[in-house]
Amino acid sequence: MNAWLRKLPLMRSCKEVTALLIAREDRELPVVEQLALRMHMAMCKACPPFERQVLSMRNAMKNWRHYTDGSDGSDGTDSGR
Amino acid sequence: MPTDQPAEFEHQLVALRSYLMRFARLQLRNDAWAEDAVSETLLAALAKPLAFEARSQLKTWLVGILKHKIIDAMRQRQREVVLECGSGDDSTDPLEHMAFKRDGHFAEKPADWGNPEQDLNSRQFFVILEACTDKLPAVQGRLFLMREWLELSSDDICKELGLTPTNLYVQLHRARLRLRECLELNWFAAR
Repeated sequence: MNAWLRKLPLMRSCKEVTALLIAREDRELPVVEQLALRMHMAMCKACPPFERQVLSMRNAMKNWRHYTDGSDGSDGTDSGR
Repeated sequence: MPTDQPAEFEHQLVALRSYLMRFARLQLRNDAWAEDAVSETLLAALAKPLAFEARSQLKTWLVGILKHKIIDAMRQRQREVVLECGSGDDSTDPLEHMAFKRDGHFAEKPADWGNPEQDLNSRQFFVILEACTDKLPAVQGRLFLMREWLELSSDDICKELGLTPTNLYVQLHRARLRLRECLELNWFAAR
């Protein structure tokens, strides 16, 4: 991205976008940030893989939660560590 | 449940104690608190032995009781639970360790983790995930698991622990980035 583009109000750096993608896991982002995020994602090649990492972690935690509930059908006698 | 003698039920509970302790320790990060929460869980189960339909659901039922006992425990000890908040070993932002250029753009593209569903559902992966969670500073680990294991909303966590949203978000931001780094090093890059 050119330096002049980043001066525009909705422009965010990858570092800022990284923080937004993480924050989105715990709170709803202000609409301006949602818009800035979408615009950045549309033109950046580095941030989409980071977003996929965050989504993988979200999935992983969901799987793990399910596994801790014992709903995987294991007998529970395995202490695991 | 005609085939189940009372002693059989107690035996089943005892067999699940270490399983419950593992998650109580991970969430509370304090052995004595974990011991108490698990004991209270087993006592509650003994007091209401008919509350479960079949053995296959016993574990799920106990984990559900444990989660309530753990939330009670943290509410009672709210000051201790977030005591080291913002001090000591968790005071750096992991974002500063990531490879960004001076203008804030990625110096290198983040790795493609791939995402085979089965891979992230394997027991080996869960061992790494739990180890990485356990390596988080205690306060960060507790708050992160309140979100991800106890499934509390950020608002509820603030209410239960008397935290400001800003404080909570700083801790969760650090926890998530640290966990990401740990998983990348020990799982995704190690495969």
